[in-house]
Amino acid sequence: MEMKKPKIKSIPYEEFSDNESLEKIIKELNEGGASVFVGAMDDLINWGRSNSLWPLTFATSCCGIEFMSLGAARYDMARFGFEVARASPRQADMIMVCGTITNKMAPVLKRLYDQMADPKYVVAVGGCAVSGGPFKKSYHVLNGVDKIIPVDVFIPGCPPRPEAFYYGLMQLQRKVKIEKFFGGVNKKEKRDE
Amino acid sequence: MNEIIEIPLERFRDEVLKLRTEKQMDFLESLTGMDWGESLGVIYHLESTVTGEKMVIKTSTNNRENPELPTVSDIWKAAELNEREVYDFYGIRFINHPDMRRLYLRNDWVGYPMRKDDDPMDERNPLRMNNEETIDSTTELKLNSDGTLEDQENIIFDDREYVINIGPQHPATHGVLRFRVSLEGETIKKLDANCGYIHRGIEKMCESLTYPQTLALTDRLDYLGAHQNRHALCMCIEKAMGVEVSERVQYIRTIMDELQRIDSHLLFYSCLCMDLGALTAFFYGFRDREKILDIFEETCGGRLTMNYNTIGGVQWDLHPNFIRRVKEFIPYMRGIIHEYHEVFTGNIIAHQRLKGVGVLSREDAISFGATGGTGRASGWACDVRKRIPYGVYDKVDFKEIIYTEGDCFARYMVRMDEIMESLCIIEQLIDNIPEGSYQEKMKPIIRVPEGSYYAAVEGSRGEFGVFIESHGEKNPYRVHFRSTGLPLVSVVDTISRGSKIADLIAIGGTLDYVVPDIDR
Repeated sequence: MEMKKPKIKSIPYEEFSDNESLEKIIKELNEGGASVFVGAMDDLINWGRSNSLWPLTFATSCCGIEFMSLGAARYDMARFGFEVARASPRQADMIMVCGTITNKMAPVLKRLYDQMADPKYVVAVGGCAVSGGPFKKSYHVLNGVDKIIPVDVFIPGCPPRPEAFYYGLMQLQRKVKIEKFFGGVNKKEKRDE
Repeated sequence: MNEIIEIPLERFRDEVLKLRTEKQMDFLESLTGMDWGESLGVIYHLESTVTGEKMVIKTSTNNRENPELPTVSDIWKAAELNEREVYDFYGIRFINHPDMRRLYLRNDWVGYPMRKDDDPMDERNPLRMNNEETIDSTTELKLNSDGTLEDQENIIFDDREYVINIGPQHPATHGVLRFRVSLEGETIKKLDANCGYIHRGIEKMCESLTYPQTLALTDRLDYLGAHQNRHALCMCIEKAMGVEVSERVQYIRTIMDELQRIDSHLLFYSCLCMDLGALTAFFYGFRDREKILDIFEETCGGRLTMNYNTIGGVQWDLHPNFIRRVKEFIPYMRGIIHEYHEVFTGNIIAHQRLKGVGVLSREDAISFGATGGTGRASGWACDVRKRIPYGVYDKVDFKEIIYTEGDCFARYMVRMDEIMESLCIIEQLIDNIPEGSYQEKMKPIIRVPEGSYYAAVEGSRGEFGVFIESHGEKNPYRVHFRSTGLPLVSVVDTISRGSKIADLIAIGGTLDYVVPDIDR
């Protein structure tokens, strides 16, 4: 049983950029091997998980308004299963860091991240969350949320267009699809004491 | 430009009291902390709502070690939070101010970032990842009757009070605002607002940027008033340099401001309804908001942060489709607004949640400086478009919407009626946009002549003012933005006392603040 390339219904695999890093992850996972039964279960569960990623309602500034447009009728994130925005971190699967994170907010964000249940994902939305953006030289702005929490997908833009949000979120879906939900017991490893 | 009157420190309290009582200067428009190198001080922009007279006064102290100035927070309530901001940025302590805590920065922040001799980027203030400890008491610098100063401790919440925490991550605070609320049963006894979770240091950044560079940051202050904010800053710089923009630019700016206002009020409607549990209304508001964003996008290239106004004009000429699409939008919006009223305004639940809740009196609105829809709902005619017409507002005929109840429902209705009024303004202008250049020829390096300048526009949620002090360089010496949201946050404590905790959502929703604009 092997990990396969993740398939998304609407966009062909080749049309995504940054396929190399996904392929690297797939290769690493395949080196360990997976049993047929658990591997099939993985596929099924990941299919479900990737199509019902619940975001945490978390927005600090401008990008939050675009996040709201995403929930409204024209862009309608319910088509992808992202619409169940949760106000409590304990019920959320992913945190979309929409907006600038300041020095005062950083411990709060870390705490929110710590309160989320595993498996959890972080999407850094907008220039501010990616690198500090236009406020990079400010004395009170964190230059990139990846300094305090691990980030899965970066979505650049100021603020990113809703289409860019979708592209980023689909990348996250693809990442979820190739994961081993049941953990990896390395089947190919020789037991050589 | 108004002349700045300097009042020496010794006579300051008496003179200011005289201004308040004799000249009826009851509206503190803006309070700006300053660092002039040798001295630290404060500039006050005053206005009388009775006579319409405007005044700018300042006072300063040469003591940089322990700067102390008399407070005016007992005369104008607007000074309560503004003086805390000055303390936070400049370390000026205000004598007899009851609450001298930092407003934006953490309690363990070292130094005062806006002082010219302070470098906030150095190693004294690393990124602190421990949780900030909340302090329940505050200090006051009290002036005794014999003229001596003494530190006095004031208790905000004592041990017997039941205090709950709302925010900073809470969907109904519209961003990262934090309230601490003392409850008795379900009734709010006292409320303490904590700001600063999105304090980005924009004013300090502006001091090291050139004038055209500072423009980019205004769009990100109040992102639902991007055009208006930038209009204010451009207008202030143009006024200082004596640049006259063409008639065409004035028309374009005015139309864009009004479209932005409709956009903002639609979002206000959507969010308020969603906070109160009416999710259908949220979809209605966003459906029509997208139509305005389409119009913006065609001309400006952006949906939210448009970066359209420039010093001396606008970035691009109008898109050929602009006039047609705006003309299509006006009858569409007029024809569809009844849906909004059917689904929410007439609803009995909405009435019970909004009517008679969070009443703000006219005196309080003026004293706190709560302008915009909030002030007009309390019967205060505070519209900058009428008070000091800018753009082409003096050429159009429009009503200033005023309600007198001052409750949440009045605040809601003011904004709904303003949508119609804005449509009316755009309708009068859209056919008459004159020909002309859309950008004046400017020098490659823009220098503003020495002096201090103030310009204000009517933003989506109140008066948005820009104060610039220039020393003739290519970057400003001091930029201060009169935030539209800070006065709105300062009234929350007053108007929510005695109401239920659930009403805080309705009050916050109808005040319609945008948090990055409060924290700057």
